[in-house]
Amino acid sequence: MSRTRGRGRRILSAVGIASAAALAISGCSGSPSGGASAGGDVTLEFAQWWEPELPQGSLASLIDQFQKENPHIKVKLLSSPFSSDQQQMVADAASGQLPDVLGLDGAWVSDFAKQGAIADLSPLLKADNFSEDQLASEVKVNGKAYMIPAVNFVYPLFVNNDLLKQAGVDTVPSTRGEFLDAAKKISALGGNVKGWALPLDTAVPNGIQNDVMSWVWASGGSMLKDGEPDVTNAQVKSGVDYVKSLYDANVLAPGALTMKEQDKVEKFTNGQVGMVIDSLAHISLIKKNNPKLNFTIAAVPSEDGYTGKRGIPYASWGVGVSAKSEHKAEAAKLVEFLMSKDTNAQLSTLANGFPGNKTATPDFSKSDPLFKQAFDIYQAGYPANEFVGLPKSDQLQRTFDENLQKTLTGSQSVDQTLSTVQSAWKSIF
Amino acid sequence: MNLSSTNVHRPGTIRSSAGPRSTRPKAPAVRARKLVPFAFVSPTLALITLLTVVPILMVAGYSFMDNVIVEPNPVFVGFANYVKVLSDPTFLTALGNTFVFITLSTVVHLVLGLAFALLLNTPLLGNVTKAIFRVIYILPWLFTIAVIAIVWRLMLDPSGVVNYLLGTFGIQGADWLSTPETALGSVTFINIWSGYPFFMISLLAALQGVPTVLHEAARVDGAGWWQRFLYVTLPHIRPVIISMAVLDLIWTSQQFALIWMTTGGGPLNATEVVSTYTYKQAFSNFDFSTASAAAVIVLLLTMALAFFYVRQQKVRD
Repeated sequence: MSRTRGRGRRILSAVGIASAAALAISGCSGSPSGGASAGGDVTLEFAQWWEPELPQGSLASLIDQFQKENPHIKVKLLSSPFSSDQQQMVADAASGQLPDVLGLDGAWVSDFAKQGAIADLSPLLKADNFSEDQLASEVKVNGKAYMIPAVNFVYPLFVNNDLLKQAGVDTVPSTRGEFLDAAKKISALGGNVKGWALPLDTAVPNGIQNDVMSWVWASGGSMLKDGEPDVTNAQVKSGVDYVKSLYDANVLAPGALTMKEQDKVEKFTNGQVGMVIDSLAHISLIKKNNPKLNFTIAAVPSEDGYTGKRGIPYASWGVGVSAKSEHKAEAAKLVEFLMSKDTNAQLSTLANGFPGNKTATPDFSKSDPLFKQAFDIYQAGYPANEFVGLPKSDQLQRTFDENLQKTLTGSQSVDQTLSTVQSAWKSIF
Repeated sequence: MNLSSTNVHRPGTIRSSAGPRSTRPKAPAVRARKLVPFAFVSPTLALITLLTVVPILMVAGYSFMDNVIVEPNPVFVGFANYVKVLSDPTFLTALGNTFVFITLSTVVHLVLGLAFALLLNTPLLGNVTKAIFRVIYILPWLFTIAVIAIVWRLMLDPSGVVNYLLGTFGIQGADWLSTPETALGSVTFINIWSGYPFFMISLLAALQGVPTVLHEAARVDGAGWWQRFLYVTLPHIRPVIISMAVLDLIWTSQQFALIWMTTGGGPLNATEVVSTYTYKQAFSNFDFSTASAAAVIVLLLTMALAFFYVRQQKVRD
């Protein structure tokens, strides 16, 4: 009996330990953000999606350089793919566990700022005498700078030279009229070839900023007035009218309503579409998948007769600092390092993007000549993406997308679409 | 001490064989013995509590608060989120689409699965032929949802294989996934294609359990194929059919990845289902309270199905 009792106790103990272990494994074991200090050293956590997208070891090598310059600061890189980064950040922000330094996308800034999860960068940079004048742009919410775009990726017009030539078009379209004409001629070639591709998948509705609003920005238009929605203005109406005219002219690759961005790139790469507005980051991918494709890039066409500067859509790798960080001064040092002239030029070169520091010049000597061409387009115009810094950017675009689909399929006029979007956006702002 | 033999042979006299000294065992020993079963189940209980009960309670709690997670100080708002969700036309559309999607999927899964199972169970085919067809029929079930979505997106592309094949027969193809009229039918078709083998395998196992003597007796009594199927086969496999149908309704109602990767709920909400609606509310609109309310509604609907499943299982037992 005593043996039984002893065994029972042992079983109880073992089960108790197992339960405790299960609880410990399943439960939260997170540590507060900000690194532990040991011997006066500070360890910063830097969460971003950049490392998997850069050449292997290149970001770590830049960080090594930072650590040499700042021997008391250690940096721990927390890298994850872009697709999972935002959800991770939302969860971290909710639990007050955001890493000290963050890679940010412009679309996330407003929500994080309103949540009080990210810090105003201006006082931190001023305290260290870092001049904000050298920055190409800052993303602000209520006048406070929460994100600095470190590298910008522009979205120019990609043109298939061979299809253009076959269609009898001599020059790359520069105005909306020329673009429509070229798109019609390319579509007339037949054999499943179309002039343009418009991805309107609502799962990831970024086709609105990249492929629709880009027509408005390229002609100096805006969808905002004093920071508030203004989508019923003449410039936006003209842009949406133009997109509808392209749809009605049957020059779009079929399947636009559920087309994804990667479908657009594939169709251009396969020669099924003559022209697309696409990220410069895709040049390497297109050339890898179809080395024989003869294509060039140009500025997005503007309204006929427009002579002003052209806005060119862009996406950024932004950088920010957690409001809960215990080491904001050290975090600011890392931000300054990434935005310094030389480091920023190196980072841009590695990423095949354009620098967020106005004084930095990327090294194009080893890059595709198209990057140099894109840099010239970028410098001739101005980066334009009005969705950056707006609240619930995805939702804004999805609302626009769903209403635009109604217009394209003929169940709603352009005016109805724009007024519906205007009211919906007003309720979100 | 052989507790099991004591318990089995002399119910009601459990302590008699343990001798006079054990008729009044010490209290701590009894307590410890009573606790042992609980100790054995405690790891499972702890995990179920942590991984299921706590998240469900948290989500239910969120659904009564004003925009949790993104608001630092959410406040209690009662049923406001439920009213918001239930009065949202998109949610009602999603509910309708979900109903069509799961009903059609389950019915066709059942019909196709049963038809193929009957084919594979026929004595008219040789074993090698049956084995070859088993492999062919089960193939769709071996692919992951991501692969299925990519393959069918390519095949149903306006310039894809399906339209090409239709064109060779002089039939005009369609923009299957991007036209509101055909999108829901197309994703339902893909779901049916990917899911029928599970029905087929389960029903085949059930068919193989039907005693041959009953068929032989029915044949002697003059029953034809259809009568034998109706009065011998079907009653035997009915419990499996009902279980599979209820499980399939539950599983299909949770289908998210296939729709997200093929249409994203579009075009014009034609394929929006409750799972995609909830995901968009949470991870696109960051409206976690509304998403929680939608999730709780889905949970209640799924629990109703689960209730029928459990009741059916109890009847079987």
